[in-house]
Amino acid sequence: MQETTTPPSAARPGLSRFLPPMPLFLLQPILRRIVARVARENPSLFNRLGPHKTARFVIDPLGLPFGLLLVPNPEALTFRAFHRSAEPASDARIGGKFLDLLGLLDGGADGDALFFSRDLDVSGNTEAVVCLRNALDDVDGSIAESVAGMFGPPGRATLAGLRRMAARKGDPA
Amino acid sequence: MKRPELVCPAGTPAALRTAVEAGADAVYCGFQNATNARNFPGLNFTPEEMQASVAHAHDHGTKVLLAVNTFPTAGRFNLWREAVDMGAKFGVDAFIVADIGVADYVKRTYPNIRLHLSVQAAASSPEAIRYYAREFGVKRVVLPRILTVPEIKKLAGEIPCEIETFIFGNHGLMVEGRCSLTNYVTGLSTNMDGVCSPAADVHYDKQADGSVTTRLGEFTIDSFAPDEQAGYPTICKGRYNAPNRPDAYYAFEEPISLNLSALLPALIEAGVDAFKIEGRQRSRAYVKSAVSAFRKAVDSILAGQEPELADLIALTEGQKQTEGAFKTKKWR
Repeated sequence: MQETTTPPSAARPGLSRFLPPMPLFLLQPILRRIVARVARENPSLFNRLGPHKTARFVIDPLGLPFGLLLVPNPEALTFRAFHRSAEPASDARIGGKFLDLLGLLDGGADGDALFFSRDLDVSGNTEAVVCLRNALDDVDGSIAESVAGMFGPPGRATLAGLRRMAARKGDPA
Repeated sequence: MKRPELVCPAGTPAALRTAVEAGADAVYCGFQNATNARNFPGLNFTPEEMQASVAHAHDHGTKVLLAVNTFPTAGRFNLWREAVDMGAKFGVDAFIVADIGVADYVKRTYPNIRLHLSVQAAASSPEAIRYYAREFGVKRVVLPRILTVPEIKKLAGEIPCEIETFIFGNHGLMVEGRCSLTNYVTGLSTNMDGVCSPAADVHYDKQADGSVTTRLGEFTIDSFAPDEQAGYPTICKGRYNAPNRPDAYYAFEEPISLNLSALLPALIEAGVDAFKIEGRQRSRAYVKSAVSAFRKAVDSILAGQEPELADLIALTEGQKQTEGAFKTKKWR
């Protein structure tokens, strides 16, 4: 069932050039908190995933020094970062500029439009990707805002800054 | 000047709420099964979601049109009957149907609920439309995207029902409701299963040079160069090699979207009663942008002002737009 996907290229220039090397072990508990929060607040999201709840999605935010693995299984939620040199096996792979991916979670970007403009790359199990896209899009409001809110004023300020960058199409990736 | 109804897409309850907030007069949507022509994975409404969404729309003065617009095959009619029964129970304002069996069921069982003839019925002649109006009491026809504005104006004087035209989104020029390309390739039918290019059969392969090859089943549909705009992975939008052609070419249609922003005044003048925005498979962001833009444009026209036409090119397929046959039959 699982397809072997092409590993992402090595860290790309872009946002990552402004970030210090990130020890991933510091990131993992934050990612776990984020996905647990999103799942808790949006339980109906999983219904739209149908048989793809156990699919392994690799998300490749171009410009960041790491990739992300998502398994949206409510029984065993997984959301963790990985070094680009050690990409795990996956069923589907979604790649795009960080700010574009953020736009999808923020409810401000259209996945089809990003695909048409070639700003979004999809490979592997297309049906799983479509289900994930539709599930996330049925969440009212902004997942990004909800996540930013977890980190209080600094989180909200960061999101506001990222939104400004996206509006200016300032992603250097 | 007649006020045309703005009919907007909703693939999920959140999209429906977005359309309502953005100024839709009506939204169209369907259940999570083969009874509607956007039977895509993860899309559409459960019965509970439909009931709550109809209530939400009505609370805000927005109509809900239920798409039951595929063609039942023998032995499967119960699914369509259940969809109609649930829609009636939840208080939808109209059924959008294509099949005469479904139309007959609605007419006999729920004579007080409006029937709209789906574009999937491909009715474009006065004779065909009058037949549906006479036999099933159809109150509105959704026209295929093949007529010019003058032809629509002439038609409006020859039929006893309202006219709805697409104004934005997919530029479907196949004979609607008759396209068997997906069926040929995958075994699933756009018209009977509601699924065009099922995602399970779609594959994207990124090549080393950055180009992307799109396949449906065993068939290669297109190959997009690294910086080339892409389209949907449907056979009808594919680019193919042929013996008498030096290069690959679009044998059926190009990846391009319909955008009739500039033709809205002419369409109103022609007697169009409702404007439809395509895109139930699209995101809330698309719904918000497209519905807001056309709400503003239609309101400006009705107020006698020059409409400000928003730039929607970023939302279009292949990042290209056309007025298609509405402007001229020689559009390609």
